[in-house]
Amino acid sequence: MKYKDYYGILGIEKNAGVPEIKKAYRKLAHKYHPDVSKEPNAEEKFKEVAEAYETLKNPEKRAAYDQLGSYQPGQDFRPPPDWQKQYSDTHFSADDIDLSDLFAGLRGGRFHARQDHGKISMPGEDYEVAVHITLEEAFRGTEVELDLSMPEFDEQGLLHRAPHVVKARIPKGVTDGQRLRIPGKGGKGFNGGRNGDLYLNIVLHPHSLFRVSGHDLYFDLPLAPWEAVLGTSVDVPTPGGPVRLKVPPGTHAGQKLRLGKRGLPKPRAGEGDLFAIVQITVPGVVGERDRALYQQLAEGSTFNPRGHFEQELKNESRTH
Amino acid sequence: MKVELTEVLWLDEQEQLSLTELAGLSGLSEAELHELVDFGAIIPIDPGAELLGFRADCVVTARTACRLRTDFELDAQGLALALTLLNRIHDLEAQLRDLSAQLPHRP
Repeated sequence: MKYKDYYGILGIEKNAGVPEIKKAYRKLAHKYHPDVSKEPNAEEKFKEVAEAYETLKNPEKRAAYDQLGSYQPGQDFRPPPDWQKQYSDTHFSADDIDLSDLFAGLRGGRFHARQDHGKISMPGEDYEVAVHITLEEAFRGTEVELDLSMPEFDEQGLLHRAPHVVKARIPKGVTDGQRLRIPGKGGKGFNGGRNGDLYLNIVLHPHSLFRVSGHDLYFDLPLAPWEAVLGTSVDVPTPGGPVRLKVPPGTHAGQKLRLGKRGLPKPRAGEGDLFAIVQITVPGVVGERDRALYQQLAEGSTFNPRGHFEQELKNESRTH
Repeated sequence: MKVELTEVLWLDEQEQLSLTELAGLSGLSEAELHELVDFGAIIPIDPGAELLGFRADCVVTARTACRLRTDFELDAQGLALALTLLNRIHDLEAQLRDLSAQLPHRP
């Protein structure tokens, strides 16, 4: 079992009173609660903070925790020989149990195996996991294998952490932020209680080309100035394979060209759209021949991209 | 050991849940859900219906409510306010992501 310094996690002294414990918890909960925090690793940090608070706010749990002794955070340790006799009627193996699992079972001054609580059935815990997939996987659908670790009682009634592997089919139609539920694949229920559920939170990896907005996709389409003026046809990538896109004459920078139903598939039926955002790109280095052509164009063209400035400038000169 | 492939359930507007189902999945009581509906923090499909029904994605909001209630010891009014503000933040973040996706990224 790995030692956790609950006082250190909350940033309080060992002789802190309940009001100080509560104050420290609230401050850290505001900072790290995963539903409100944008801090990196907020969920992991909040779990530690909540676990420390749950134990230290309860005088019985706190006394039992203090009796464990002091170690370095993360250090492997075993409770003192008389500790288990004094506090626990739950059999556990100190090698593969988490401190939080143990303290979760303390009531009436002793730890109890949840399965021994009379005949009261208890539902298993729900779990939430983030599932990271690529845009291509979202487009086609995929299968993921999730390696989880959950507390459970084995056949001998020993409490320990057990690996829990879930293989799930992620259907096409998911997009970033989509939630999915797998009934009964969370923690095991006790005394006939139903198993908990597993909730999946889909996270799409950023793509090198496509940007995601719901089921619509956007990408930049660089065009040479003459392509934008004269119009052209270009081969463009889409998640389903390349297609030919017609660029109309007089296309301007920032214009969105829509490729209908070429975005991500929607759940059950339909597809999002794919949008090409036009960018007029100019060469960084211009050869002599190109320069001469541009020069010829500049001298011969009547196009004035700042024509609307002239009226403004006239108005300004009238007022001053 | 061979691991069996599991099918998932969508949590979206196409799936519907009863009040009892939503309570069972979220950890909130039916009375607490009624309070959140009254405060406008969770919106049923037909607010005037005798038996309330919810879009399945309400599970996400209701589970968030359950966590916030427990972790911050909030009463129903505080919880409803926190949920309303969180929903507004999520909507604004989604709008920001959508607008950002439409901006050219290459120089």
